[in-house]
Amino acid sequence: MARYQNIFTQVQLRTAPEMGVPLPVGDDPRIRDTTFVHLLGRIGQAQIGPVYLGWTGIASLIFGFIWFEIVGLNMLASVGWDPIQFVRQLPWLALEPPGPKYGFTPFVPLADGGWWIIAGFCLTTSVLLWWVRTYRRARALGMGTHVAWAFLSAIWLFLVLGFIRPFFMGSWAESVPFGIFPHLDWTAAFSIRYGNLFYNPFHCLSIAFLYGSTLLFAMHGATILAVGRYGGEREIEQITDRGTASERAALFWRWTMGFNATMESIHRWAWWFAVLTTLTGGIGILLTGTVVDNWYLWAQQHYYAPAYPDSGVVDPAGLGSVGQ
Amino acid sequence: MRRLIILASVAALPFTLAACELSPKESYQNGYRGTGMNTVMVKASAIKDDVPAPPYDPPGTDGPRAGSIYQNLKVLGDVSDEQFNYTMAAITAWVAPAEGCNYCHNPANMASDELYTKVVARRMIQMTRELNSGWTDHVGQTGVTCWTCHRGQAVPTEHWTLPDDPAHKGIVRNKNGQNDPVSNSAYSSLPNAAVAQYLLGGTTAKAARVVSKDRFPSPANKTSTMETENTYAMMMHISQSLGVNCTYCHNAQSFQSWATSNPPRQTAWYGLDMVRAINFDYISPLASVFPAHRKGEMGDPFKANCATCHRGQNKPLGGYQMAKDYPALLRPAAGPAPVGMTPDPKAEQKAEAAAKAALAQ
Repeated sequence: MARYQNIFTQVQLRTAPEMGVPLPVGDDPRIRDTTFVHLLGRIGQAQIGPVYLGWTGIASLIFGFIWFEIVGLNMLASVGWDPIQFVRQLPWLALEPPGPKYGFTPFVPLADGGWWIIAGFCLTTSVLLWWVRTYRRARALGMGTHVAWAFLSAIWLFLVLGFIRPFFMGSWAESVPFGIFPHLDWTAAFSIRYGNLFYNPFHCLSIAFLYGSTLLFAMHGATILAVGRYGGEREIEQITDRGTASERAALFWRWTMGFNATMESIHRWAWWFAVLTTLTGGIGILLTGTVVDNWYLWAQQHYYAPAYPDSGVVDPAGLGSVGQ
Repeated sequence: MRRLIILASVAALPFTLAACELSPKESYQNGYRGTGMNTVMVKASAIKDDVPAPPYDPPGTDGPRAGSIYQNLKVLGDVSDEQFNYTMAAITAWVAPAEGCNYCHNPANMASDELYTKVVARRMIQMTRELNSGWTDHVGQTGVTCWTCHRGQAVPTEHWTLPDDPAHKGIVRNKNGQNDPVSNSAYSSLPNAAVAQYLLGGTTAKAARVVSKDRFPSPANKTSTMETENTYAMMMHISQSLGVNCTYCHNAQSFQSWATSNPPRQTAWYGLDMVRAINFDYISPLASVFPAHRKGEMGDPFKANCATCHRGQNKPLGGYQMAKDYPALLRPAAGPAPVGMTPDPKAEQKAEAAAKAALAQ
């Protein structure tokens, strides 16, 4: 008998491919080729396609490709076009934004960060076009646009980091480099410069929602897998026609913690936690350096950073210490 | 069985991370409870290095002064003849054990300054005295000897020079002074010119302070996130050189606040000043004395940083008080730079321009 409580999907359907609903008038045609992939079927649906690319998809992929090439070729150039060094040093390599002397002007010599601006523009365009695509495809299917709005929340954080905050600070040098280690170093340097980002309340909210998202994801995923033997994975049916799977799942949580989400509300919980992670995160970043310059001192003013006994260490430069 | 093998392979995956430090650590609380103030150190780093024994039983400090016996003695003339020879023997063992006396001296005329190594060595002895008498805020009563840096090598293995041409135009072979795994930036992608900014010394020396003293933005502090990476790189260099984590000196709650920091932060602060003095007053002026193969690609001599002495230990040589056996090195520094090493103004200008360019990054 088919069982769904395993981490792998153990049963795969092989039949005529599902081709979907007719498209609204004026839409581009779908790419009608379809195929089945067994390995993908183990973690999801085995059927691949039909894909709807449309002009937004094509343009998004082109801009995304240009971004990828600009970043990759700049990195390759930085090691003197040596492919071996490119592979060896890849985690260290970067495309850096313009330095502080250029302010926020869009006209920066290519080698001094101009390439970064162009790459950032291409990536932003690509991501926004992809957003339009998620919105329009949802509408074409008669769905709600929840995916698009959740995606926009992530785009908000991305734009705050790379464009909106640098705009308010009047300097490209405030934005993030493209690169694996370099963007992590930027993150730490950002926290150091602004007196410890852990004392930024919006950073706290963002972390709470991020960790909350993983907790909710684990709880929900586990619950549905656990009632899979009663058809619990058919969540939508369970919302309108509550079956034994839903009853058992609900009872489990009432037994263990006295309260349960409903088959529908758990998805609202998850959606809001995920959306608020990047929404609050973006607010926190935007306030840093523009409104608050030292989060530790700000938190002390608001009795939020605890005060610990003085260690008796004094500044040898004689400039005095802060936050006492 | 197959499942077991798969599980075991998955469990073993983390061990393929070659960067893991497997040697035993020790951890102790070094600050107020509940604040994460723990120092984690590799156990071996607390163990004393093999410090070489004195060449022979230390002689007395009485007797005729060396300066009245030997020619051309500019620094060590104030010690006894016996002490002088004893110190020379020790220095030979520390710096040029294979080459011997002739690494610095012309055997036909020991007083001659014709070998550049002798001119350098004389200046370094002055420096050692200066460090032991004038920088007790950093070296304490432990002091330093030539061995602290040299460890049996003519050139201490841990040294740095100004990074490659920073005025580099175009994108080819241009990493903006960072994204290069070198020891000066603790093998991170942080700016590798940071050590030059902080440790070159002189009037261009930069303070490592980037955090504002007020809650709200003001013109008093316009340091950008990008510039902060330099301070970060410097701190990582210190951490790496001393084999300690941030909380050895700082309370991570606020890297800025001195009142919640630990005493080693003061020692480190004086240390930064000390290394600046070493590089600016003692090593950089020797640019015209050193031959080309003892200089970096920007024409500056091999300079000191934290790792030059510390070598991964929070106290060099595990804190062993080696200098006490060498009283000739503990006396106050003597006067200005000896004649014969007046810097070549051209070389000095070149080094200054290179330094300025490095700092402009």
